[in-house]
Amino acid sequence: MGLKQKLHTLKEKYKGTKMAPAFNALHTFLYLPNETTHNGTHIKAADDLKRTMNIVILALVPCLIFGIFNAGYQHYSAIDETLRQAPLANFFTWDNFIMGCWTVLPLVLVSYGVGLLIEFIFAVIKGHEVEEGYLVTGMLVPLIVPIDIPLWMLAVAVAFGVVIGKEVFGGTGMNILNPALTIRAFLFFAYPTWMSGDKVWVHGAVDRQKEILAGANVDAISGETILGSYAQNTTSIAYDYWDMFWGFIPGSVGETSKLLIIVGALILIFTKIGSWRIIFSTLIGALTMGLIFNGVVSAGWIGESSKFFGLMNVPFWQHLIIGSILFGAVYMATDPVTASQTNKGKWIYGFLIGFISILIRVFNPAYPEGVFLAILLMNVFAPTIDHYVIEGNIKKRAKRLKAKTA
Amino acid sequence: MGLLSKKDRKLILDPLADDNPITIQVLGICSALAITAQLKPSIVMAISVLFVMGVGNVVISLMRNIIPSKIRIIVQLIVVATLVIIVDQVLKAFAYELSKELSVFIGLIITNCIIMGRFEAFALGNGPWKSFLDGIGNAAGYGVILIIVGFFRELLGSGTLFGFKVLGDSVEKTGLYAIGYENNGFMVLPPMALIVVGIIIWVQRSRNKALIEEN
Repeated sequence: MGLKQKLHTLKEKYKGTKMAPAFNALHTFLYLPNETTHNGTHIKAADDLKRTMNIVILALVPCLIFGIFNAGYQHYSAIDETLRQAPLANFFTWDNFIMGCWTVLPLVLVSYGVGLLIEFIFAVIKGHEVEEGYLVTGMLVPLIVPIDIPLWMLAVAVAFGVVIGKEVFGGTGMNILNPALTIRAFLFFAYPTWMSGDKVWVHGAVDRQKEILAGANVDAISGETILGSYAQNTTSIAYDYWDMFWGFIPGSVGETSKLLIIVGALILIFTKIGSWRIIFSTLIGALTMGLIFNGVVSAGWIGESSKFFGLMNVPFWQHLIIGSILFGAVYMATDPVTASQTNKGKWIYGFLIGFISILIRVFNPAYPEGVFLAILLMNVFAPTIDHYVIEGNIKKRAKRLKAKTA
Repeated sequence: MGLLSKKDRKLILDPLADDNPITIQVLGICSALAITAQLKPSIVMAISVLFVMGVGNVVISLMRNIIPSKIRIIVQLIVVATLVIIVDQVLKAFAYELSKELSVFIGLIITNCIIMGRFEAFALGNGPWKSFLDGIGNAAGYGVILIIVGFFRELLGSGTLFGFKVLGDSVEKTGLYAIGYENNGFMVLPPMALIVVGIIIWVQRSRNKALIEEN
C-alpha cells in the first residue's frame, strides 16, 4: 500500500470527526485527492492555491539558500576582516553553510512549526479545511527577520501574526494585512532592541557584546547595515555596489541578494503569480522619491549637518540595492490577497508603496527602513484604491453611454 | 432575594458582561486605550468614572422633570463637568503624581460617551435609585475592562503590577529575565490596547453566541 493510499484510508477513518481537516490537509498537500466532484461543471486548473503557494516558495528557495551562506559569511568575516577582501572565494564554503544552517534553520522550523500548529488548531475548531496560506508566510518570515532574533520571540510573533493578522478576519484570503509583515511589525514594535541597531544583523554580535560587557578581552563585532551607516551620516561605506547587488552585506536573512530576488521576481512574473505591475510601480515609486531627495540635496535646501543628509544624499538608483525595497516589492507587495485587485489600482498601490518606503526610510528617526511599514499601510488602503478605480470606470462608461445615446 | 430586586440586580450585573459599555456597546474606547498602560491609572480612572456616573445619574434623574428638553445636553454637560472638576481637584490634592500621569484624561471624562449615553438613555426616564444602580453598573462594566486591559498591558509590557516587579528585574536580569525573557514593548503602545480589547470582545462572543450580530 503506497503512502497515498494510506493517507486516504486514514482520512476516510477520521471522516466526520473533528480531526478530519488535519488529515485532509496532509493528504491533499502531497497528492491529488481520490474524490471527484459529482455535480455541475467544473473547470480544472493546475494552478490551485497549493500550486500557487508552492511556486512562490520555489522562488524563495534561492534567497533562503543564499541567506544560509550569508549568515555564516557575515559571522566569520566579522571576526576576520580579511575574508571581505575576496567575498566570492570565501562565500560558498562549508564553514559558512554549516554555521548558516545552525542559525537559519531553527528560524524556519519555529516559523513553520508554530504557524502550522495554529492553522491546524483553527481548522479543527472551526471545522473547515486547513488553508494553505501559511506555506508562503512561513517561508517569508525567517527571511525578513534579523539572524539572531531569539526563537521564543519569533514564536510569539508568529502566533500573534497568524491569529490577529489572519485568523480573526476569517483565514487565508480574508486578511487585510500581509501576515508575514504583521509578524515583522509585531517584532519591530515589541522587541525593538532585537530588530534594529548594529548588533542584530550578524550572528554572534549580540553575544560578543555581552562577553565584552562581562569583561572578556575580545573585539566587538559590528554588523551595521548600509542604511544604518547612511543614517549616521557616514560617507564611506565598507561595501561597494557589487557587494550590495550580489548580497554580501549584513541585513535580514533573505533580503540581501538582489540578484536572487530578481531571479525570484522573474519566476513569479513568468508564471503570472506575482503582478509585474506592482513590482515595477513600486520600484518607480522608490526611484521617484529618491530623485526628489537628491533634488533637495542638490538644490542645497538641506545642510550637511542635518541628520537626514546621509540618507537623502544616497544616489536615487542605489535605494533599490540597499535595504529591503526589492524583496518587499517582489514578495510582499504582490501578495494577491492584500494588494489592489484592479490593474490601474495596482499601479497606484505599488507606486505609493515605493514612494512611502523611501520617505519613511529617510525620515524614520529610530530605524532607517520603512518598506514593511509602507506595505502594511498600503495594504489598508488597497480596497479604497480599488473602490475609486472601479467608481471612476463606471462613471467613464456611463458618460460614454450618454454621449452615444444623446 | 436580599437587598436588590431581580430587576435592580439586572441593572447592575448586565453592564458587567452581556451589555458591557466597552465590549458590547463599544463606547468609551479612547480612554480605555489611553490610560491602560499601567494598572494603577486604570483603577483610578475606573473609580473616577464610577463616582461621576453614580452621582451624575442620580442628579440628572432628580432633575429629569424640570430640565427643558431643548437644553438638556447643556444641563448634562454642566453636571458632568462639575463632578469631573471635583474628581480632578481631589486627585490633585491627594495623588498629585497620578493626576499628572492621567493628565488630560480626567478632564476628558466629560466627553466619555458612556456617561452622556446613560444620562440620555436611562437617567432622564427613571427614578434616582434605579438610575444610581444603572450608573454604577455601567461604570463598573467600564472599569472591569479597564482593569483587565491594564493588568495585561502592565504585566506583559513592563513586567510589573502596581509597579512591583513581579517577573523579576529586567536590568539586573533576575526572575524570568534570567532565562532570556523580555518585555513586550508593543504592549505599552495604544494600538496593542485596542487589540487587547478586541481579544476580550472575541472571547466574550465565543462564550456567549447570542451576542454575535446577524449580518
